This record gives sequence, structure tokens and C-alpha cells, in this order.
Amino acid sequence: MISGLEVDDLHKSYGAHPVLAGLSLTVPEGSLTAILGPSGSGKTTLLRVIAGFERADRGRVAIAGTVVEDGQCHLPPEDRHLGYVPQEGALFPHLTAAKNVGFGVPRARRRAGVVEGLLELVGMAGMGRRYPHQLSGGQQQRVALARALAVEPGLVLLDEPFSSLDPTLRASVRADVGAILRRAGTTALLVTHDQDEALSWADHVAVIDEGRIGQFGTPQGLYARPGDLTLARFLGEANVVAGVADGDRVRTDLGTLPADWAGGPPGAGGAAVVLVRPEQLALVEPGTDGVLTGEITEYQYFGHDAVARIRPDRPCGPGGGADPLVVRVPGGIVLRPGARTGVVAVGKVRAWAGEGTAEQGSTSG
Amino acid sequence: MQLGRGLLTAPAAGEAPAPAAAGVAARRARRPPGLLVGAVAVAVVLLLPLAFLALEAVDDGWSSVGPLVFRHLTGTLLWDTVSLAVVVTACCAVLGTLAAYFVERTDLPGRRAWAVLVVVPVGIPDFAVAFGWKSLFGGIGGFWGAALVMTLAVYPLVYLPVAASLRNADPGQEEASRSLGVGRLATFWRVTLGQARLAVLGGCVLVALVLLSEYGAFEILGYRTFTTEIFTEAQVGFDAPAACGLSLVLVVLGLLVLSGEGASRGRGRASRTGPMAARVAQPHRLGRAVVPVVGGFGVLVVTALGVPVGAIVYWLFRTTTSTLPAAASVASAAAHTAAYSAGAGLLATAGALPVAILSVRHPGRLAMVLERSSYLVLAVPGVVIALAFTYASERYAAGFLYQTAWLLIVAYAVMFFPLALVAVRASVARAPVGLEEVGRSLGRSRLAVLRQVTLPLIAPGLAAAFCLVFLEAVTELTATLMLIPTNAETLATQFWAFESNISYHQAAPYAAVMVAIAAVPSYVLGRWFDRLPASAGAVAR
Repeated sequence: MISGLEVDDLHKSYGAHPVLAGLSLTVPEGSLTAILGPSGSGKTTLLRVIAGFERADRGRVAIAGTVVEDGQCHLPPEDRHLGYVPQEGALFPHLTAAKNVGFGVPRARRRAGVVEGLLELVGMAGMGRRYPHQLSGGQQQRVALARALAVEPGLVLLDEPFSSLDPTLRASVRADVGAILRRAGTTALLVTHDQDEALSWADHVAVIDEGRIGQFGTPQGLYARPGDLTLARFLGEANVVAGVADGDRVRTDLGTLPADWAGGPPGAGGAAVVLVRPEQLALVEPGTDGVLTGEITEYQYFGHDAVARIRPDRPCGPGGGADPLVVRVPGGIVLRPGARTGVVAVGKVRAWAGEGTAEQGSTSG
Repeated sequence: MQLGRGLLTAPAAGEAPAPAAAGVAARRARRPPGLLVGAVAVAVVLLLPLAFLALEAVDDGWSSVGPLVFRHLTGTLLWDTVSLAVVVTACCAVLGTLAAYFVERTDLPGRRAWAVLVVVPVGIPDFAVAFGWKSLFGGIGGFWGAALVMTLAVYPLVYLPVAASLRNADPGQEEASRSLGVGRLATFWRVTLGQARLAVLGGCVLVALVLLSEYGAFEILGYRTFTTEIFTEAQVGFDAPAACGLSLVLVVLGLLVLSGEGASRGRGRASRTGPMAARVAQPHRLGRAVVPVVGGFGVLVVTALGVPVGAIVYWLFRTTTSTLPAAASVASAAAHTAAYSAGAGLLATAGALPVAILSVRHPGRLAMVLERSSYLVLAVPGVVIALAFTYASERYAAGFLYQTAWLLIVAYAVMFFPLALVAVRASVARAPVGLEEVGRSLGRSRLAVLRQVTLPLIAPGLAAAFCLVFLEAVTELTATLMLIPTNAETLATQFWAFESNISYHQAAPYAAVMVAIAAVPSYVLGRWFDRLPASAGAVAR
């Protein structure tokens, strides 16, 4: 099978400052992939190199099997057959929605009603005569997407296209765009710094860090089985506790749990560092035999759920760290700071062999 | 696999552009060669007059140029020109700044009307102001006569940028100053003027440059400067080496003035933190000062606007049917003027396009040098540009283009190129580069994107550039007199011919048409420039 996008050992520096340092990435055809990384990690540069707006210093890029960039050749952007949806949509202000969509379409196909079909696909049927300033932010993004799809691209690039929308609109536009791209069967690459966006939207998430792909996988895989604690914290809140290996399982103060060992389990009795997500913790009545107890120090209510922080009675973090445990509870449960509770973990946890340090246990991340 | 510390810097909600993005503009795909060739060609044409002067000096050798430069006449002209420039610039600085302050920051009665009336003179050619005074008060002349007339003719060049800067300045700074215990007058001096300092300096540079290049007004008033002397040597005495020698000194003076503007910009900027406040400054109360201030505005408007307009109207009504120039003559002169000016507008705008795109989209040392060198034209008076083109055509091109409309159009385009560049550059800078990238990614070539995306986006800027050059060319006198094609007549040359014969009533209709064409649109454009960034507006004249 041909890959939708293949990037191999890509290098790019601005002066002495390397932005892409040997980045490699393979995106399966027809899938939605998110490039996730903080500012300055090089994700926008990666997108601009793929689009052909910038030239790589070294490395290879192939779109749908066609090499568009390597040491010798640099295909200009207009010959790469990709759709590009920039931040803020960037519709041509002097053209109507229909003219925007038809910008890259040859005249014969425009006559055949391609533009109307695309406007309908993005739910904008009948709005072709409007100018961009007459459209809402979400509508502009839909038109921008239709414009990108109009050239029948082998790959659609989305550069943080939802960040300029207001939060209430963002989730729904994002879901719609994802659905439209899936229906069109297009390979798409989304650049974002928002982990919720990456996890909820994409089939695959590639985490970019210091100019390389740090980890690539499904959202579920990355969240449940991150390569290391730094990535674990980047993707969501994390409790880190000390454990002792016991075959496939790991013994912790929160109970003995099935473990997913990174790099294989250590021998029985070996020390371990264990990742427990807040939603893997449950509160129980204190006083049950062997259950870790502690005091509720903080309670934040979010409606759909709530988050409590618990100071454990005995330190349970790696290296004797005594950081509070973060617990996610259903919104219906009302907790009082100062009350006492027991805490247990449920489900499979990610574990690493080793003693760990108190700093690793710190939940501020 | 170990992820670096980069991930630990938790992403903020509104991610700032990555550091890489700062370098993006500079490192975008390489410069298209066509653009570069175009920009270099424009710069070469612009620098032709300067190059010709240098060539002339080198050609004749120092032994013949030296005595022409260092003679008693040069010293006299230097004193007369510089002393007048200093006095008029100082007067304009005070008059323009005060007028701007009273209109923008006080409760002056009728502010809006005054704001219009004090700006309109910018559209009246300086020689028309001089004509008004001379034809009504025949005795005016000499140093103080010239100083008075020129101050009244050019003070809007200070008023416009200062008013814009006061309007856009943050009133919070003045309030902060007062709250820190600084009095009202001290606050005006230290904060209000501090905010407008760059605008005042920019306006003064423009005033000084105008004074160096003015011909018509001084000729009417009988005041001799470098420019009038160069004109006389070239047109009456046909003494090319003498004219070139004086031109060298004049260009050096112009470059000195222009460098003053660059130096002033280096020292700090009038800046504000945060977004542009929608808040309007609380106007200062004039109190009992309102009577002298309103009186002052009355005198200013009567002398700067009333006298030239009144004189034209007066002579129009004094015209009897027997002395009235044929309407056909006025129409034909107007047609020539419009055609030449439109040609210059098109040429200058077309030339500004590659320079502006190069400097905005592909910044770098070369782009900067090309852009800066095109602003050097500001320091070269029209008389020198006309002189250089005339002699260059005669000496090196066997009279190619000499006394054709083409040479006049090219000279206009060169003289007013900086105006076109400011307008085009501002509009290119405001057109988002992202749109061009989207266009490219949709399968359009660079040229197609230029035609279908960039040009429509910057069309208002192109139109403004055309209008600016057109309006300046309509009222241009010096180069027109020197380069006018044989047998052709423009409004300016006809006006001049009759004025020189003291046939004021015959000159008046031509002046009236010129003022009508130039004054009203100039005012509209002036408002348009108010909305440009201060640095761009400072170069605009």
C-alpha cells in the first residue's frame, strides 16, 4: 500500500538554530494524523516544508508515492497537488465563497458543478455568493476546507485551523471537518498544540519534540502507553507512584494492578515507576483493610466531572515522594476539603523498571 | 526513547508563532529572478540623475569643476538658500505643531472645519500662493517675503503628520504624567510633544527638501536660490558645466537634510504598549485663550488659503472677454497636463510594484539597498533631475527622447517615485502572505497568483499611488518648463508664460483649473495617509 505521506530524515535550520533535526514520519493513506507539539517544536516548519513554501536543507518528502522534495528536486507548491488550510482560513477577501472554492479548479470541471458539490459537502450549499466577511468564522473554515478539497489533493494540510474559533464553536467545527475528510477519504495532516484536539480528532498522533517525532501511535495507545513520563504528562494529568514488580503485575500502595511494562518487566521484586491516570483512581470509604488513606485537600467541580487532590497519609511516590494524588470523580459526587477518604486504583497501568526519583512523582506538569 | 525538555514547557492556549516563524519571512522560497531584475532596473533609472552628475564632474575633471563650485556666487547662494530654509522650517515646525495641537487636543470651537481649512493649502502649488501674494500686493519680495509665502505654502507638511500622530497617541501617557505631579505645560512639553517628536522631525525634513527644490515661487518673488540659479544657467545661459556644478552642491545639501531624518529615527520611537486604544483623549480646555487661538486660525486661513484663492478669483472676474484666453486653449492645456500626469502615475506605480514586493516579501540586504536608494530621489530637486535627463539625452544618446513627452513622463515618474513606493509598499505589507501561499498550493503559478490574488488585494494602494503621483505632476512647474515637448502646452507652462508677462488675468484661469484638479483630491488622500503607520506617512509628501 502507498503511504499518504512519507517524510524521511528531514533537516531544516534557521541560521545556527536547527528546527527540524532528522525528522521521519509515515502517514497511512486515507488516515487523519495530528502533529502535536508545543510552540517552537518545529511543527509549523514541517508543514511548510511539506507544502513547498520552504525548502528543506536535507531529507526526502513523498506525497502519495511521488517524491516532491529531496536533495536535488524541489517541486514548487503549485505542482504538489495538496490542499492547504491555513490558520484563520485565509479566504481570498475579494472573491465570493464559490470563487474561492473554484480558485484551483480548471474551468471545465467548474462548469460541471464541482464547486456546488463541494459547498454542499461542507454544508454550505446556497451560500456560494457570499463574500468571506459575510460568513462566520466556522463557515469560513468550511469554505477553506472545500477550497482545499477542490483540487482533489493527495494530502490535506491543516495548520491549526481551529485555534482562531471561539471555544464553543471549535469542537463542533473540528468534528465536522474530520467527518468531511473521512467521507472524502483524504489523507490529512493537522498541526496543533492542543492535546485534546489531537486525541479527539486524529486516527494517529505524532508527537514532535526538538525537531523529531518523539512518538507515533493511536490516541488511545499514546495516552495509555506513553514512551516516557514527560510524554505521559504532556498528554494529560498523571499520577506517578512507586511499585514493585510481581510477574506481569505491579504492587503499589494503591493496590496490585495488571501492568503494561515499557521495555519488558524487570525480575520479580524489582523496583518500578507506575503511571496512574486520574480516572484510574477511585475513592472508597476509609478504614478498609490495606487501602491507602488520605485527606482531601482540594476539590474542583467541572460539571461533567470533578477533580480532587488527596494528600496520602504515607508517601507513595517514587523515591519517597509525597505529592498529592489527582483523582477524577463523576460530577455527581460532592466532596468536602478536609474530609478523609481511601484511594484505590483500577485497570491496567503503564510501568517502567527502575527506582525513579521524587521529582518524577511530581504532578505539576 | 527520551523526549526532551521541550515538551515540559506546557503549551499555552493561544500559541504564539513559533520562533521559527520569525525567520519565515526572510527564508521563504528564493527570490524570483524577474522580480529582482525589475527592481534593479527601477533603481538604476532612479539613480540615473545622480550618476549623471557624478559622471559629469569626473569627466570635466576637478580643475574645471572646482572653480565652478568654490566661487563667490556659490557662497552667496548657499547663505541665501540655507538661511531661508532654516527660518521657514522653524516657522513651519512651530505653526504646524501648534495648529495640530489646537485642532486635535483642545476644545477649539469648530475643530472639524478648521481641520479641513488648514489642510487644503497642501494641494495649492507653492507658485500659486506666491502668485496670489505678488499679484495682490506687488511689493512683496526679498528674504522675509519669501519666508512668509513659503511658510504659508508648506506648513501643512508639518501639520499633517503631527496631527496624525497626536490623534493616534495614547492619551493615557498624558494622564499618567499629570498624575505623577507634572503640570499641564510641562506635560505638553515633555509628553505630548515627545509623542509627536518623530512626526515633527519628519515634517521638517519634507519642508526643507521642498525649499531646496522650489523654483516657481522664488522666481515670482524675485528671490535667488540654488534652484533658481541652476534653472537660469541651464535655460537662459545654456551653461551646462555651471549648472552641473551648482547641482552637485544642491544635491549634497539635499542628502544632508535627508540623512537628518534617518538619524532622528534611530533614537527611540513613539511607541505604545497594548492594542490601539479606542479611547479618545479628553480635550484640553482653552478657557480664555480661545479668543487669540481662534483669531490666529482666522489669520492663518485667510493668508494661506484666502489670499491665493482670492487672487485667482479676483483676476478671473477682472478678465474681460477680449483678454480671456480661448476656452479651447485651457482645455487643450488641461488635456496635455492630464495625459502627462497619468503617464507618470502609471509608470511610477508600475515601477514601485517590484521594489515594494521585493522589500516586503523577500527582505534582505539587497532589497533594503534597492529600497533605500529609491528614497534618495527625495534629495534630488526636480530641476536637477530635468537637467540630468536633458544633458544625458543630448550627450550620450544623440538627443534620444529629448523634447518628447516620454522624457517628461519619465522625469515626473522619477521625481515622484517615493510617493508611489510608500503607497504600494504599505498595501503590499497589509496583504497577507498566507493568501499567496494558498494560491500557490492550489496549483497556480507565481505569476498567476500575482495577477489573481496579490494585485486585487493591493489595488487600493496602487490607485492611491497613481493618484499621488498624478496630483503632484499636475502642479509640477520646474521640470515641466525644462522638458516640455516642442509645441506642447500644459496648464503649468501656460500659467507661467502669462504670469511672466504680468498678464495675471490671463494666467488666473490656468491656475484655477490646476488648483481645482489638485486641491480637493489632495485633501482626500491626506486623510487616507493619516491611517498609514507613522513611518510610512513621514516619507509621504
